[in-house]
Amino acid sequence: MNETVISAKNLSLTFQTNDGPVHALKDINLDINKGDFVSFIGPSGCGKTTFLRCMADLEAPTGGSITVNGMSAAEARMKRAYGYVFQAAGLYPWRTIGGNIRLPLEIMGYDKAEQAKRVANVLELVELAGFEKKFPWQLSGGMQQRASIARALAFDADILLMDEPFGALDEIVRDHLNEQLLKLWARTEKTIGFVTHSIPEAVFLSTRIVVMSPRPGRIADVIESTLPRDRTLDIRESQEFIDIAHRVREGLRAGHAYD
Amino acid sequence: MTKLWHTAGPVLSILLVLALLWYGAAIALNAAWAKDKASRIDKTLSFSELVADTMSQEKPLLPAPHQVVKEIYETTVLKKITSKRSLVWHSWITLSATLLGFAFGTVLGVLLAVGIVYSRAMDMSVMPWVITSQTIPILAVAPMIIVVLNAVGVSGLLPKAFISMYLSFFPVVVGMVKGLRAPDQMQLDQMRTWSAPKATSFWKLRLPSSMPYLFASLKIGIAASLVGAIVGELPTGAVAGLGARLLAGSYYGQTIQIWSALICAAVLAASLVALIGMIERITLRRMGMVQ
Ligand SMILES: Nc1ncnc2c1ncn2[C@@H]1O[C@H](COP(=O)(O)OP(=O)(O)O)[C@@H](O)[C@H]1O
Ligand SMILES: [Mg+2]
Repeated sequence: MNETVISAKNLSLTFQTNDGPVHALKDINLDINKGDFVSFIGPSGCGKTTFLRCMADLEAPTGGSITVNGMSAAEARMKRAYGYVFQAAGLYPWRTIGGNIRLPLEIMGYDKAEQAKRVANVLELVELAGFEKKFPWQLSGGMQQRASIARALAFDADILLMDEPFGALDEIVRDHLNEQLLKLWARTEKTIGFVTHSIPEAVFLSTRIVVMSPRPGRIADVIESTLPRDRTLDIRESQEFIDIAHRVREGLRAGHAYD
Repeated sequence: MTKLWHTAGPVLSILLVLALLWYGAAIALNAAWAKDKASRIDKTLSFSELVADTMSQEKPLLPAPHQVVKEIYETTVLKKITSKRSLVWHSWITLSATLLGFAFGTVLGVLLAVGIVYSRAMDMSVMPWVITSQTIPILAVAPMIIVVLNAVGVSGLLPKAFISMYLSFFPVVVGMVKGLRAPDQMQLDQMRTWSAPKATSFWKLRLPSSMPYLFASLKIGIAASLVGAIVGELPTGAVAGLGARLLAGSYYGQTIQIWSALICAAVLAASLVALIGMIERITLRRMGMVQ
């Protein structure tokens, strides 16, 4: 089970800007195992997004290396190794929900029957069955974000990268989606990389929590969760949960994240 | 019914006000000639006689609305449309050049926009020329185009369509460049995560995103095309088309003919723009981009 899916070695990324170099990532070392749910937490600007984008080959590292499924990030992207969920749902207004989810399938050349089957499948997975023919504007923000997750799940990628997917949603919707996401993770057995800046969200979802600190972007602590994989929202009241959350907070403080 | 009145009411009121202003202006402008005629036969006109005269001159400075309406009626409904005196026939001559030039201009504009969006070299080199082309007054360019094309044996419809194209490609280029660049970085990144080929992100993302921009441009473009076609009929002293009617009218001081040609051109332009607006609504609704 301990097969490494994503591996970063001395990963660094420096952006050259008009105000001089920005060290978004510096000497990051991290292995993500198959089936893990890994959260990245830290104050804004600590390089969470940049790290995720390096895994997705949307950003080119300036130092070190990163492999995905044993290949370079670029090869993995070409092989469509991951689904990526952005902070905004980014659904095409001229496509129905079904049409939006079908889009990557069309691009990847799945045949019509297979497309229909998969669309129905993932819509059911994110509890949006019956909304296939609706246009995005007919759905709430939370439903749109679920549709965008369905889109990332529709094709056969065993990695799911999510950059603050619920950041723009209110807490009630967020709690519900977090629970759904855990169920979905259990059913699909995907490896998930999840960026958040909410401590409870990170603790509730993850098997591992990567605490990051800014200037330069580094890993301050990696916390292995002792919570069972199968959890419900009630677990947030448990002492174990509170202890892990406390350790995350300590990690953030040690990384001068509050400066 | 009341809803119809709510929209029709203001429109009709404005029309009424315009007609009244027009009549007032016609009386004021044509009065001098009416008095002049009267004084030559030693007559003084009463007010009602004066008004009656200003409404019925053969070559008034400003024809009264009903004179123009009568002229238009006589040259459209009462003339066979194949007749050289039919305004419908003249309109069709201009319209055909307009539509051909508009089609050329749209294709050229879209092609240039695609080039500009996809090639940095074209972005740097083509756009300045596109803008420069529009700073030269069309009235200066039109005769040259017509004369040069005539010299190489191209005459009739094509030279006029060419001028229409010259005017109409510009809004299309500008609108389409903006439209094709409308997708944000996130949407482009998303295409990358699916490792979509460039052609795919063009057809599935950039092109659909550009539709609202394209239609806005087409509305400007078609009106510009009509102007182009009319201008293209002026320099050669063309014998057919709305431009020819304007020119002939001004040679012989036929103000009524000028005004009816003008009104005809305005109605034509408004109909073309409205037609595109209709296609826009249908297309965008089909695409789900308007509720
Ligand atoms: N394309 C870019 N160009 C220049 N600087 C960037 C770029 N993207 C991110 N940065 C900088 O890199 C740092 C890390 O950014 P980011 O990864 O977005 O942080 P986070 O997601 O943790 O908020 C920030 O200081 C940000 O300003
Ligand atoms: Mg971020």
